[in-house]
Amino acid sequence: MNRSRTLMRFAILAVIFVGIAVALYNGFIKDKAVVQTGQPAPDFVLNTLQGEPLQLSDYRGKGVVLNFWGTWCQPCEAEMPDLENAYKKYQGQGVTVIGVNIRQPEVTVKPFVERYQLTFPIAMDRTNEITQLYEIGPIPTTYFIDKDGIVKKIVIGGPMSEETISENMKLIVPE
Amino acid sequence: MEDIKCQCGHANPVGTYICEACGNPIGEAVKDKDTVLDMRYEGAARRSQTYNKTIIDKIWNFFSSVKIAVYMIVIVLLASIIGTVFPQEMYIPVPKPANIYYSETYGTLGELYYLLGFHNMYTSWWYVSLLLMIGISLIVCSIDRIVPLYKALNKQRVRHNPNFLVRQKLTAQIEKPAQWNQTLDEIEEQLKKRRYSIKREGDALLAEKARFSRWGPYVNHVGLIVFLLGVLLRLVPGFYLDQYVWVRDGETKKVPDTHYYVKNDGFIIEYYADHEFPQDIGLGEGDKVVKTYKTHAVLYENLNHGLAGAEPKLEKVTEHEILVNHPLKYEDLQLFQAGQKPNALSALNMTLLNEKTGEEIGKFKIDLYNPLPEYPITADTKVQILEYFPDFEFTEDKKPITKSTNPDNPAFIVNTITPDNPGGEKSWIFLGSYLPAAGVDNLYGFKFSMPDLTNITGLMVRKDKSLPLIYFGCFVTMIGLIMGFYWQHRRIWIQTEGNIVYLAGHTNKNWFSLKNELKAVMDKVKVPVLLEEKGKGGKAS
Repeated sequence: MNRSRTLMRFAILAVIFVGIAVALYNGFIKDKAVVQTGQPAPDFVLNTLQGEPLQLSDYRGKGVVLNFWGTWCQPCEAEMPDLENAYKKYQGQGVTVIGVNIRQPEVTVKPFVERYQLTFPIAMDRTNEITQLYEIGPIPTTYFIDKDGIVKKIVIGGPMSEETISENMKLIVPE
Repeated sequence: MEDIKCQCGHANPVGTYICEACGNPIGEAVKDKDTVLDMRYEGAARRSQTYNKTIIDKIWNFFSSVKIAVYMIVIVLLASIIGTVFPQEMYIPVPKPANIYYSETYGTLGELYYLLGFHNMYTSWWYVSLLLMIGISLIVCSIDRIVPLYKALNKQRVRHNPNFLVRQKLTAQIEKPAQWNQTLDEIEEQLKKRRYSIKREGDALLAEKARFSRWGPYVNHVGLIVFLLGVLLRLVPGFYLDQYVWVRDGETKKVPDTHYYVKNDGFIIEYYADHEFPQDIGLGEGDKVVKTYKTHAVLYENLNHGLAGAEPKLEKVTEHEILVNHPLKYEDLQLFQAGQKPNALSALNMTLLNEKTGEEIGKFKIDLYNPLPEYPITADTKVQILEYFPDFEFTEDKKPITKSTNPDNPAFIVNTITPDNPGGEKSWIFLGSYLPAAGVDNLYGFKFSMPDLTNITGLMVRKDKSLPLIYFGCFVTMIGLIMGFYWQHRRIWIQTEGNIVYLAGHTNKNWFSLKNELKAVMDKVKVPVLLEEKGKGGKAS
């Protein structure tokens, strides 16, 4: 009788505590970010500045540096020449850079790209959809994605130094 | 621990106050007195009182204590009050970090407030933990009490030890009247008329009504638990969404975090006309009072939502005139009218003209949300857009930048190509003015007409799947309260021992009415009784 009562109590308390633990874990502890280090980067398709579709998954087999930026953001502007240099340097080793411009029209982006003579592709997120999907907060935010589409490193804020860029790029050079 | 044996021979569990079988008071604190019996839980042993052995039992006993529950409620109450003294961090009105804001605005008290973590209290781990512990306590307290109470009420006996009857709050003893058996039958009839259910054992009688009102508090607790469950469910992904979207007139935009798109088919702000006011309310010239904010919204589902950024394939699912408090509803999704930016700039209307002669060459319109690279004016004249700053500003080192992507203060650098100047001449265009670029002597200028304006509606996006559960919890709570408040569990015992008839009554409230009821019944059968209503401690009241 007493034994079964203790068991009953144990069962009731266990159910309550497990329920609460699940709720708390979901609410407070679990990292709810959609994109996380070690996880696959969500696929997307956007038109480039030149009007051609660019799909992230087409770059499987290559390392990808995904850089979210806008012309109004000064740190973004500051790291652009370094990104361009790194792009040129690592292109031969199978790493590419993709700049995702946030919401701006072509008229704004084109002169900027010309001014800094950027040669890597610029994807135009006119509707903000991809920016929301990646839950971009402060920009620049840069994702270093390996040949299997897995995020190896996330750098939030900037400008990144040349050193940071090349160090992280080494992480994603395909074998 | 051993059971307590009553003189009637029944073995009662430890903690029993009133013998389960005969009703004889057996608890140490009550057995040798003549005070009114405490009838809580029928004197049955609360489950947690019986023993206290394993860690499980100790946890159980902690949560089954009403005293501890009251302490926890009081702490939460006090904390909740303190949390409202200064604004919570998310409601700080100025963009300042919390560690500076509190001490700067509220002095030492504010700093203390911040250091103790009250600025983020309602979501802090200890506050939430306390709420959850109250929830656990609610469940455990209820189970701990309802089980013995149910058992005790369910196996009630008709006959009791006279000690039990004498020590009720409402009690009387009379000499057995003549033809008592017949009278007792009449009493039974009278009580039945008053909706009592009767149990008879020869010359002993138990009349009882509205026992269900005893379950009121427990039903109430179940409601509260369901309510708490609903609130907790919000933490589970997919159950709760709180987002915001700005949509221009005529624009179709993705509803964040969903597969839906919303089109604003016209956002209108209506104002009260002067004659609609019953009296002069002292409005100045040009002052207006808003009557309605109304968005005609069309909701589309994106059938092609597999790949982010892919061309959406939209299918209309519903449309609605969204008014304040009258959201668009579709399945779980709700769109509320929540913000407005009336008369926002959407396009600039300009005319190219010859500065010297004033001759107008032609008109063109720049869409501020989607400017084209160039605007042809005539066959050999065009205006090229070189740069666009939607929200223009100079930095400290005099560099032009845009603060955001909203066209609140648009500025352009344009190149005007004309037959006179095939290489083009550069100039700045601001809102309502223009400037030749540095070192350029311009031949051509611009005239500004009224720009196109648009209304932008702010829609709050909500999804709350736990709401039905929360309402259901409230409803159950209400049922429990009504059960407990508007009915009383009344019992009347009549028992004959030798030459004495014992009368006793018990109710959980409204003793006055019970007394009158019993008196009325006895008057009907013409047996006069002097009913005594004792107060606590045995004194007559």
